Amino acid sequence: MDNIITIENLTFEYMRGEESQPVRAISNLNLEIERGSFTAIIGKNGSGKSTLAKNLNGLLLPTEGVIYVDGYDTRDDSSIWNVRQTAGMVFQNPDNQLVSAIVEDDVAFGPENLGIDPVEIRRRVDKALEDVNMGQFKKKAPHLLSGGQKQRIAIAGVVAMKPKCIIFDEPTAMLDPKGRAEIMSIIDELHAEGITVILITHFMDEAVRADRVIIMHEGKILLDGTPQQVFEQEELIRSVNLDVPLMVEMGAKLRRAGIDVPADIITEEEMVEFICQYE
Amino acid sequence: MIRDITIGQYFPGNSVIHRLDPRVKIIATLLFIIELFIVDNFLGFAVAGVCLGIVIAVSGVPLGYIVRGLKPIIIILLFTFTLNMFMIDGHILWQWGFLKITTEGLRTAVFMAIRLILLIIGSSMLTLCTRPLSLTDGIERLLSPFKIIGVPAHEIAMMMTIALRFIPTLLEETDKIMKAQQARGADFETGSLIHRAKSLIPILVPLFVSAFRIAQDLAMAMEARCYRGGEQRTRMHEMKLKGRDYVAFLLLALFLAVIIIESILF
Amino acid sequence: MSIRVENLVHIYDKGMPTEQLALDNISFTADDGQMIGIIGHTGSGKSTLLQHLNGLLKPESGRIIIGDTDITQPGVSMVQIRKKIGLVFQYPEYQLFEETAAKDVAFGPKNLGLSEEEINERVREAIELVGLDYEEIKDRSPFELSGGQKRRVAIAGVVAMRPEVLILDEPTAGLDPKAHRDVLTMVEEVHRRTGNITILVSHNMADIARLCDKVVVIDSGKLVTAGTPYEVFSKKEELRNVGLELPPVTQFTETLREKGIDIEDTILDTDKAAQQIAAYLQRKAK
Repeated sequence: MDNIITIENLTFEYMRGEESQPVRAISNLNLEIERGSFTAIIGKNGSGKSTLAKNLNGLLLPTEGVIYVDGYDTRDDSSIWNVRQTAGMVFQNPDNQLVSAIVEDDVAFGPENLGIDPVEIRRRVDKALEDVNMGQFKKKAPHLLSGGQKQRIAIAGVVAMKPKCIIFDEPTAMLDPKGRAEIMSIIDELHAEGITVILITHFMDEAVRADRVIIMHEGKILLDGTPQQVFEQEELIRSVNLDVPLMVEMGAKLRRAGIDVPADIITEEEMVEFICQYE
Repeated sequence: MIRDITIGQYFPGNSVIHRLDPRVKIIATLLFIIELFIVDNFLGFAVAGVCLGIVIAVSGVPLGYIVRGLKPIIIILLFTFTLNMFMIDGHILWQWGFLKITTEGLRTAVFMAIRLILLIIGSSMLTLCTRPLSLTDGIERLLSPFKIIGVPAHEIAMMMTIALRFIPTLLEETDKIMKAQQARGADFETGSLIHRAKSLIPILVPLFVSAFRIAQDLAMAMEARCYRGGEQRTRMHEMKLKGRDYVAFLLLALFLAVIIIESILF
Repeated sequence: MSIRVENLVHIYDKGMPTEQLALDNISFTADDGQMIGIIGHTGSGKSTLLQHLNGLLKPESGRIIIGDTDITQPGVSMVQIRKKIGLVFQYPEYQLFEETAAKDVAFGPKNLGLSEEEINERVREAIELVGLDYEEIKDRSPFELSGGQKRRVAIAGVVAMRPEVLILDEPTAGLDPKAHRDVLTMVEEVHRRTGNITILVSHNMADIARLCDKVVVIDSGKLVTAGTPYEVFSKKEELRNVGLELPPVTQFTETLREKGIDIEDTILDTDKAAQQIAAYLQRKAK
């Protein structure tokens, strides 16, 4: 397997407030992310999932252990910019990650930092804005856009840096349903173009779209597998106070009512198909 | 009220003024301001006013929009006007107790008021007709020769860029917090001065908390996008002086000459 | 206690080029003890409507009658309105400012001009009502609490004013699944214990369908429809036209019905849907 990210024995600790003992956010975690895959990471607040995300592009550095991003060690100062260019990051709050008061200049920010030729920057900015369907908003001020639109600009800003992998840290948490749907369809498109996607989310219906789901709990990986394999463990998931996708819940209820629903049914289409075959 | 402030705002347009190189506009504005302080008679102001009028007309920014921008400074204007009017000795026109209006006072008051108005309109024309980012770019480039003596040109420009980006966000935030505290019965409008100052705490504390949160998030987002200061950074918008910029320089020189001649002659 | 909103109209920037009709002839009522849900897109006029109910905005025309007071009348004091109606904004934890949680909750009651004793009693009651331990939390800084706790403290700050109508704008926005459930349970609990009118604004149709007695749908400043969750969510065409979704489970059962599966229309809860589907499948299996 060709892995774009390899995490070996990652432990991350930080000091909080006036406490004398460091808090352990991630403990002894091993993980490999395959190139071109779409991985969803779920966990409640404080499970370590956001800390993990920030470790993946060197915004935070391991207390112990090593992380390799496309072969680069994140602790190595000389390659930190390669790491960050390889693994781009989109954050939760659409307002607080846009630097510039003009949309196209914001998208240009990353490529400018990389020292790319102006003509090439122009080309990339236009292309990235088209990719997120925001071409007509080029000259607008971000504060006049909706949350979903702002988040699309943030994605364009990362896409323009031509990353191989994008880490989305709860990109839809602050959006309304329309904004959420827009962002999810863009994430799907980016994945289809070959970009490795790591999506951190609270929403189970978003996680179902991934090839692989990882559930984190108290700094460790609780479950890891295909969405089918993971969501089969309904009891375990509920025991750590997380939700399961609606169709998993529905399947469990139908089984209790004596219907033999296969445990690997997790999407609406699959469930509809299952019910209709009784015809 | 907050919506009325046009100083520092950009008025989108595509006029010659808008398209001029920001460096030209910054230099022009600086010269215009210096000129306002050199001029010591009304004729000089008239020349400056006419030139400013032409620039406004060419720019296509509605006059009403510009005048509205003066609203917030009306208090300062009235204050300096009154101060000048009463404080200067000379030929007494009107007197009541210790208050007196003199010809010289009145002249100075009017003089200063015109100077102030021209100053505000002149400098707001710079921001109205220049995209905020071109402006910071221009400043960065004009300051870059001074890097040798330790002027942090890039950092200054970046701070301005971020300030411009987040002023509307913080205004919105302030509005939200005010409304939320009003819903909890806070009263910002009545009571003594001390009471009113105290009533600002429920606004200021959350606002600072928000500002810090934004700063933290933004710093992280900038780092994630490979920001590492001004070193080896390129820019999407390159700056090259074009024909119209040289014409503007020529006109600027002409304007300067007129002003200098005018102040020598009169 | 009841609310009657009659022909409410609000115009932003009246007389300016940016003039915008934000509320266009909105009328609805809410009766004592009801939980009312308001749904609509971002920018549909929901927030504008809420701010009218709280007296933060004044309408161009129309009336809002709470109990027997028309709060749009000029003579009505703001303190009076805020005693009656509590408004919890989106992300209310961003308005916390005091040194301790208890002091922050006391801010509202203090502004109502209550006695020290009364304030203390209300603060304790409100903190407990939102499901927090008063003794444990009262002296802690609100800024060092967890996200869910901060939100509860902020909501307690409004609950402590003992409003007869409690309005919550997206009280679960940005919370993780557990905090989401906890905050909703708390809202239900507060509603049940006070027996007042609660108005809940949310994008989460499943929550709206489960909790509310009545749903009001707003789009582009106009009232689209109002009624029980069943009545509203059975108007699928009208909702689709304004781009609003059905609760996920309803969406699912409607898809099944379109495929010819014989179950009831507009099923709003998962248990009932499972029951009906199971019954259908058992009939088919025979």
